[in-house]
Amino acid sequence: MTDLLGVVREMFSYTFLVRAFIVGALVSLCASLLGVSLVLKRYSMIGDGLSHVGFGALAVAMAIGAAPLAVSIPAVMLAAFGLLRISESSKIRGDSAIALISTASLAIGVMVISLTTGMNIDVCNYLFGSILSMKRSDVYISVALSVCVLVTFVLFYNKIFAVTFDETFARATGVKAGAYNALIAVLSAVTIVLGMRMMGALLISSLIIFPALSSMRVFTKFRTVVISSAVISLFCFVTGVVVSYIYATPTGASVVSVNILVFLACCAVKLLRERAAGSVSPGEAR
Amino acid sequence: MSLVSCVGAALGYNGVPVLRGVDFSVGAGDYVCVTGENGSGKSTLILGMLRLLRPIEGRIEYGDGLAPDGVGYLPQRSAGGASFPAGAFEVVLSGRLASRGLRPFYSRRDRAVAADSMRRLGVYELRDKNFGELSGGQRQRVLLARALCSEGRLLILDEPVAGLDPMATVEFYEALSEIRSAGDVTVIMVSHDVRRAVSDASHVLYVHGGGVLFADRENYLASDAGKKFIGGLEND
Repeated sequence: MTDLLGVVREMFSYTFLVRAFIVGALVSLCASLLGVSLVLKRYSMIGDGLSHVGFGALAVAMAIGAAPLAVSIPAVMLAAFGLLRISESSKIRGDSAIALISTASLAIGVMVISLTTGMNIDVCNYLFGSILSMKRSDVYISVALSVCVLVTFVLFYNKIFAVTFDETFARATGVKAGAYNALIAVLSAVTIVLGMRMMGALLISSLIIFPALSSMRVFTKFRTVVISSAVISLFCFVTGVVVSYIYATPTGASVVSVNILVFLACCAVKLLRERAAGSVSPGEAR
Repeated sequence: MSLVSCVGAALGYNGVPVLRGVDFSVGAGDYVCVTGENGSGKSTLILGMLRLLRPIEGRIEYGDGLAPDGVGYLPQRSAGGASFPAGAFEVVLSGRLASRGLRPFYSRRDRAVAADSMRRLGVYELRDKNFGELSGGQRQRVLLARALCSEGRLLILDEPVAGLDPMATVEFYEALSEIRSAGDVTVIMVSHDVRRAVSDASHVLYVHGGGVLFADRENYLASDAGKKFIGGLEND
């Protein structure tokens, strides 16, 4: 135990690790809160699609020498609106549209990178994330934006619940459901871009999906699910970062691995409870 | 005083009307039963009255200063699957949302109104239960409590008893008639359970062949449609 404390103390003596830690914790929090709504609205894949768009936008930003956040946040927001519109109107099937957009942006990103800097270590960092990617200037923007996401989520919590639970009812009683869907999309876009460079474009959506799914195994009320999802997400992030420091593994993959273990543990709890209750209800997996 | 009236309204999707020449007016305190075959346009009419569908022609007017948040609504298929994590009280409380406008949190009064409307429907004991784990009848009563929460004068119920067993159906109608006797609430209810619904209703709105027939109960029962479905007044 003293060993672990020593390791943590040692970690915090590196400023870049402290920076990454703060930003990562805030982003995990945002992702887990929004994740509950996204998973329940069956928008999980939108998160995955957006992260690929983020990869493409990041590659373009590096190629033209622009600030990465300034290019990728608007691009991903735009994509979020687009995907939302597509999944609402049913002209193209939502899932194929997401696959289309995400693979297209991945391809464009790879093309841009290979034509400019060449396929090198950068590409690997984009795809799987790197804890070294947090520059000092990024930290301020990231902290400010994730605090904005958190505050907005808390202020609109009740509306987000209503729109997630029963959109038809919300609309009928005069709640602007479309606006709140757009709000959820914007917040998710910001969160994904902020977390992408540390977690990696391929792994960031797991921050959205895993904590929500884990806590939905165990809890049955929206409020408790949201709160426990935030707690699980923070726990997994902290544990993942420490693991990645000790074993020199990539941060993103380590955090996701811890999330997998927690998810399995939550599934076990659900199973044991159902056994104890004596009735195994036909579990509806989401 | 009429609460909702359609004046020569045509309703439909993408400019193609499903219903034309819709003319009727629902007065305060009426209990209107909306009947008609599947696909005849009942739900389209409901969407129009909820202001979710703009009439292609004509108008739908709201009297007495009826705002959207003054309408309690029970949708046809309740959203949220069996595995949606929502407590019954959370669901009912969300019926207060529209009246809050942009204010972010529920007040003590909102909670009191929600608790009160759960008590009126006999589901207060279920407030901590997961909504998805309730029985069909309990779920419909929770959703009716949510609709009541708006404290509106108009309740629009879209097939509230579809899929309920006979016992739950009877309980639902009892709860509804209690609500009506307690105050001046106008009810517009879509129902396939024609016999039962018409026996309580003050008016019938029969949606058929791209139009509507609106009549008070006596006239409906005397009409051809009434004779066909109910068997006329004598069988009542």
